[in-house]
Amino acid sequence: MHDAIAITGLSKVWPDGTRALNEVRLNVEEGEFFALLGANGAGKSTTIGILCCLIEKSAGKVTIYGHDLDQAPNRARQLIGIVPQELNFSQFETCMDIIVNQGGYYGVHRSLAIDRAEKYMRLLELWDKRNLMSMYLSGGMKRRLMIARALVHEPRLLLLDEPTAGVDVELRHSTWKFLVDLNRQGTSILLTTHYLEEAERLCRKIAIIDKGRIVISTSMKALLARLEKEVLILDLLQATDSLPAIPGYPLKRVDEGTLEVQVDRRSNLFALFAALDGHGIQVRSVRNKSNRLEEMFLSLIARRNSVPDDHQ
Amino acid sequence: MIINSRPFIAYCTIVRKETKRVLRIWPQTLLPSAISMFLYFVIFGSLIGTRIGAMNGYDYIDYIMPGLLIMAVINNAFANVVSSFFSAKFQRQIEELLVAPIPNAIILLGFISGGVLRALLVAGIVAIIAGGFTQLQVHSWLLLITVLVLTAVIFSTGGLINGIFSRKFDDISIIPTFVLTPLTYLGGVFYSVDLLPDFWRNVSVFNPILYMVNAFRYAMLGASDIQPWRALILLFFLVCALFYFALHLLDRGVGLRK
Repeated sequence: MHDAIAITGLSKVWPDGTRALNEVRLNVEEGEFFALLGANGAGKSTTIGILCCLIEKSAGKVTIYGHDLDQAPNRARQLIGIVPQELNFSQFETCMDIIVNQGGYYGVHRSLAIDRAEKYMRLLELWDKRNLMSMYLSGGMKRRLMIARALVHEPRLLLLDEPTAGVDVELRHSTWKFLVDLNRQGTSILLTTHYLEEAERLCRKIAIIDKGRIVISTSMKALLARLEKEVLILDLLQATDSLPAIPGYPLKRVDEGTLEVQVDRRSNLFALFAALDGHGIQVRSVRNKSNRLEEMFLSLIARRNSVPDDHQ
Repeated sequence: MIINSRPFIAYCTIVRKETKRVLRIWPQTLLPSAISMFLYFVIFGSLIGTRIGAMNGYDYIDYIMPGLLIMAVINNAFANVVSSFFSAKFQRQIEELLVAPIPNAIILLGFISGGVLRALLVAGIVAIIAGGFTQLQVHSWLLLITVLVLTAVIFSTGGLINGIFSRKFDDISIIPTFVLTPLTYLGGVFYSVDLLPDFWRNVSVFNPILYMVNAFRYAMLGASDIQPWRALILLFFLVCALFYFALHLLDRGVGLRK
């Protein structure tokens, strides 16, 4: 069985000499929900652009379900659905026309494309807007329109480049649910996102890209297991002025009812609570200061930035 | 079956989309030529034309009518494809086509067909308007249709090439303003090249629009400054050369793929 995506030695050098991708190696297994994370300019969108043939690579090999992008580009393209970061549909066409036309470009008969457009517009809550010109849709709806458009030829691989950027919380959650269901039905998904919560919630596998190189590619579980320290926020039952010194638990005061503590992932939180209780401080609730994946991501990038480029 | 093949479905989709666009924005695509041609017929046909008298044995309005018709075809074929293609590029909706498994020849044929369709629609409208001023006559239907279609194909392809190289909206008006308009006005639409001094008559031989105007005039009136077969050879050559060049640009991804 072929991987949904197999990338080896992928490099991209722009005409001005900027190296956007450097010997990237990445494998996305069939049926996987894979996250590709990186800061702005790290190389995520360049990778996606090469996968969907909008950017020409400088070197390397890319196969989609075993079809080489150089040898059989049209077979590879037929298997891919793409949701780009930027809006790229006509503002003057109706939602229905946009989706049905895209089906036509992939060789889907008009009647079948209309059926599928209805199916995906209903699932993505766009059906009421089917005859509306796309320019009148909200930002979140435009993103969902691009998802529906990407699915009209029922691709085996969906590339999502920041699919929920600028989408409100409610729409984001329903989009996540839709994508999880789609993945369960067998569609492989490669997702790039800035919302690390999104990656943590949706994806089983993850790769982090920085300055055009893959820093790590592993399972989400294995990556989070590498997180050595977490910063927790403690909401207190009663306000306090004191800040006790508890060995092994460096405390910081956020405000009179909130403390912050950095804990080793092997440490015992009950010991911390008991020590606080000894000082007359009772904890009402505990939460992570930031998303765990975000902490891991920042620590990996920080570690990498502390090493000179020629040693990486 | 070819009609079930993916490229054919993709081609029909592009043509359908282009046709819808032409009809949706008809005040921009169909109306301007109707108005300008009506004015040409009023001014050059009825008002000035009657004082000019006969040209090569024909009433002046009958003489300029084929040229005006082919002028409308040239302008509309070019304008349709250059604006449609460049808008698609500018709004990035061209990516819908570039990510799909469509051969570049199909993309090219789709846009050309859109341009030809608009040109033929406008030609029909202009012919109807012309019918209000003079008795339309056709010497050879076959030649008339051949010249119309080939001319529309040539300038549709030219429009697409212009769209490929354009980076901003200003770029799409450079060729129509500085190349097409002078060549059209100097291409024998309003006069016979026999009226020109020898030097300018020899220069006119290098103007391809002269051949199109005269071939079309021959198809309608049976009279021409240039033998129709020479015009047809040139038209076929231009169709092949421009199509090949445009396809080469699409294959290379010039102005489209990074």
